[in-house]
Amino acid sequence: MSEASETADKTLPLDAWHRAQGARMVSFAGYAMPIQYEGIMVEHRWTRESAGLFDVSHMGQLTISGDDLDAALETVFPADLSLLKDGRLRYSLLLNDEAGIIDDLMVTRRDDHFYVVVNGATKDGDIAVLRSRLPASIGLDHLTSQALLALQGPKAAEALARIVPGVDALTFMTGDAFEINGVPAWISRSGYTGEDGFEISIPAEDAEKVAGLLIAQPEVKPIGLGARDSLRLEAGMPLYGHDLDETTTPIEADLGFAISKRRKEEGGFPGAARIQHELANGTITRRVGLAVLGRQPVREGAMVVDGEGNEVGRVTSGGFSPVLETPIAMAYVPVASAEPGTAIRLASRGKIFEAKVVPMPFVPHRYIRKGAGQ
Amino acid sequence: MSIYYTQEHEWISVEGDTATVGITDFAQGQLGDIVFVEVPAAGTQVKKGGEAAVVESVKAASDVYAPLTGQIVEGNAALEADPSLVNSDPEGEGWFFKLTVSDNHELSGLMSAEEYKAFCDAQ
Repeated sequence: MSEASETADKTLPLDAWHRAQGARMVSFAGYAMPIQYEGIMVEHRWTRESAGLFDVSHMGQLTISGDDLDAALETVFPADLSLLKDGRLRYSLLLNDEAGIIDDLMVTRRDDHFYVVVNGATKDGDIAVLRSRLPASIGLDHLTSQALLALQGPKAAEALARIVPGVDALTFMTGDAFEINGVPAWISRSGYTGEDGFEISIPAEDAEKVAGLLIAQPEVKPIGLGARDSLRLEAGMPLYGHDLDETTTPIEADLGFAISKRRKEEGGFPGAARIQHELANGTITRRVGLAVLGRQPVREGAMVVDGEGNEVGRVTSGGFSPVLETPIAMAYVPVASAEPGTAIRLASRGKIFEAKVVPMPFVPHRYIRKGAGQ
Repeated sequence: MSIYYTQEHEWISVEGDTATVGITDFAQGQLGDIVFVEVPAAGTQVKKGGEAAVVESVKAASDVYAPLTGQIVEGNAALEADPSLVNSDPEGEGWFFKLTVSDNHELSGLMSAEEYKAFCDAQ
């Protein structure tokens, strides 16, 4: 009945700060990370109602620069970078030659270079793949001396604008350079909770100072990885290594939106042939959201079973939704069973669970988009 | 009435030949917010060390093992409606099940309150 304990993991810039805030630390992506402070349920609800501060410094921050950059990067990402304006970011994917997902990431055009944020557990592999696929003339830097914070929730803009005047002028999926009490910061209006919010890249040496300024705001509390996972699940967002991996393609994962129309038609990126084939002919399975009947959560690894009890799919994320107060899950199911309303049977821990395909997100997104009025 | 503890973080309160079983305050603190509990039905035979109940937090599922061999007299129906009783009153209203003790000798292998406290402090 015990959980992951402290190990000899690498420490992040805010390690001592988290411990001083009362965090319980666990091993994640090779680092000691805060799983919770007060409790996952309280932290989750606080983020949905006010603003939560997340330390995501384990993620990889890269810059990519050089001549003919758009063309070079279009050989590795399926994004339409020619449409991406300065200070704008996009969700994209790193794919293998069979269209398996090596990582999901955010790419931002920043003046003469691109800024890319990748998952912590995959960053070293990503860098190796990028280096092997990009021409030698393209520069690739891993910003190991930068920390990354995320401030998420409906009161995030109000709290952050108090210490960073003007930051609330950013709209969803845009970013710019700011200063926080003299600390240079790259801030984007983005995140992975489904809430309005910001991601803040700052020098690691200033991370404690900035985190302290943020939690001094009455709207802000530090939030652990436990609530980060339940928030992103409610938001219907896949988690790399769980809902996505090298055996899943973007079409199976229902991430076709991350590949622009032009790139789908023209190809010219790893795995393009497979994606074009799947777009024309469909896939066998697809990632869907499930509402699980009853109160017992169904976890990652549970089987999706047919009427005869044969495994036809798998649950890739599952838990209890603190907002809906019911179990929810993401699963790969046969395409014929992927329509909302379809009854799904799951097998886990020696029991059969009844579930229903439902549209995602489970909890509506609340982004502040351009032209939406503020 | 005597109270005993296991290394799996269950408490056992024995009165006559009936034992009431739950998880300790230390255990609920480790698990975090409890969102689901499944308790055994009356009449179920359980064996010491065998699976007897399931407890799920927001994060993870855990089995609860029977600390003694015996027959279940009652599962705590209140936990179905309000699993958070395990968080708010783990060693009281948040009990899991009562069973009839079939072998008193099994009690001798359990820890006292002092021994359990020392065991938790060493975790």
